[in-house]
Amino acid sequence: MNPALLLIGACFVVALALGIRARRGHAMTLEQWTVGGRGFGTILVFVLMAGEIYTTFTFLGGSGWAYGKGAPAFYILCYGTLAYAMSYFLLPVVWRYANAHALVSQADFFVHKYGSEALGIIVSVVSVAAMIPYLVLQLKGLGIIVSESSAGAISAAQAVWTGSVVLVIYVVASGVRGSAWTAVLKDIMILGVALMLGIYLPARLHGGFGAMFAQIDRAHPGFLTLPRTGMSPAWFISTVVLTALGFYMWPHTFASCYTARDANVFRRNAVVMPLYQLVLLFVFFTGFAALLEVPGLTGTAVDLSLLRVTDHAFGPWILGVVGAAGLLTALVPGSMLLMSACTILSKNVYAKLVRRHVPEAQVTWLARALVPIVALLSVLLTLRGGSTLVLLLLAAYNVVTQLFPALILSLPHRPIVTRQGAIAGVLAGEATVVALTLTGATMGSLFPSWPPVITDLNVGIVAMVVNVVVLFAVSGLTGRRPTAPQTAP
Amino acid sequence: MRWYRWLAVVPAIGMLGGVPFANRVSPYVLGLPFLLFWVTAWVVLTSAIMWLIYALDRARERNAGGDRR
Repeated sequence: MNPALLLIGACFVVALALGIRARRGHAMTLEQWTVGGRGFGTILVFVLMAGEIYTTFTFLGGSGWAYGKGAPAFYILCYGTLAYAMSYFLLPVVWRYANAHALVSQADFFVHKYGSEALGIIVSVVSVAAMIPYLVLQLKGLGIIVSESSAGAISAAQAVWTGSVVLVIYVVASGVRGSAWTAVLKDIMILGVALMLGIYLPARLHGGFGAMFAQIDRAHPGFLTLPRTGMSPAWFISTVVLTALGFYMWPHTFASCYTARDANVFRRNAVVMPLYQLVLLFVFFTGFAALLEVPGLTGTAVDLSLLRVTDHAFGPWILGVVGAAGLLTALVPGSMLLMSACTILSKNVYAKLVRRHVPEAQVTWLARALVPIVALLSVLLTLRGGSTLVLLLLAAYNVVTQLFPALILSLPHRPIVTRQGAIAGVLAGEATVVALTLTGATMGSLFPSWPPVITDLNVGIVAMVVNVVVLFAVSGLTGRRPTAPQTAP
Repeated sequence: MRWYRWLAVVPAIGMLGGVPFANRVSPYVLGLPFLLFWVTAWVVLTSAIMWLIYALDRARERNAGGDRR
């Protein structure tokens, strides 16, 4: 066994031990399993939310896009920042309502607000559908890390299978408290690794950031700015806006805000979290350094750039450390995603569809039983392959962002739109997303004669417009009837 | 009136609205190509603006007494 794999294996054992240790002394009710008993303070919530956000996507995908696309990768730095500014106002409102009604999942929120079980089931199905590509992304990342670290001895497919078994064991063993402590470990490691690579590589190999960028600008003119067409400023702005709106629509992110002890946690986080985004800069630097050091990766192989340049510059031991950090960036969000998806399928789909009153113990049991099944489905999808990590995430975002209008319009005390409107809006938005994805449509293909400012827009805008128009139209038609038995939050 | 809360839209306008104009390589600032410097500067400014809003909110809530916890 080579040193890199040894280190990665050791890291997994530590993560598993932390997870099982954290579980001791807590009865595992569904609420305990998913939202940690609502007892987390600022630091743990901060770490937990950071944990979901700093995923394989940022680590490998962010450097991969800097390597393969250049300036368009900067969008990753922007959307989180704007979402945090929004969270200052959004999350305390959500938290107060969820806390007052002892809600566990995101779907519960829609059910309570709109008084519609049907909407809850639709939201659940939509959110699981969006989580699968996100989970696929984590598994793909795991596969890349393990197979690169083994210098090709383990194939990516074998690594994906191993990785998902690891993930399933981890989730079943620990639940959310496990995630929180592993998230602490992971954040320390990713911070260390990102700073080390992002500072050392440009300084050592190219004589500093400025010199490195100048060299890239000479070798690849236009790489450090957005192109005039395609991924132009119009693409950039529309993509940032859409993804920022979708940022908190992820069921696991939404539900992890339930773990807070009080609403002030979110306001402090909104101040601190944008700064934490700056870690991404160093991830970009690594991708840019890789472009000069290990050129020639194309297509989906750009996601390998961070590991390749690490191996190239430092050898197998450091590759092991980086791989171990990478393992955690897949394990923490991956476990959250898997846990959320299974809880949702059990509690918000099965229990609502099949029978009225399913005993709590049975819901918990089913959620756990679903863990390997959902993991298996994700593995099969992962092995079909074909997209870079960033493109996978952008596809998932198009699905999940469609929940934003119905959520934001449910927040005022007096209902603005009806439950029929909300249902129709979400369904119409998702149908549009599916149609656009299947046909591979872009704004350019839909509106060929329009100027580039329009044709470069992220095509998700179309689905969002359809969603909002249908939402208001149907609400107008069904209006005036009271939407929900609104209880004061 | 919590007019100062409207400051929260400044980051979105500054960061994104500036992109078409900041879409250039030079001048390099702190070693960063200008576009990257621009978005990075707005990340830091976002934090500062949210801190200001938080500080003003806290001051207000202290003055209001038991109104909001």
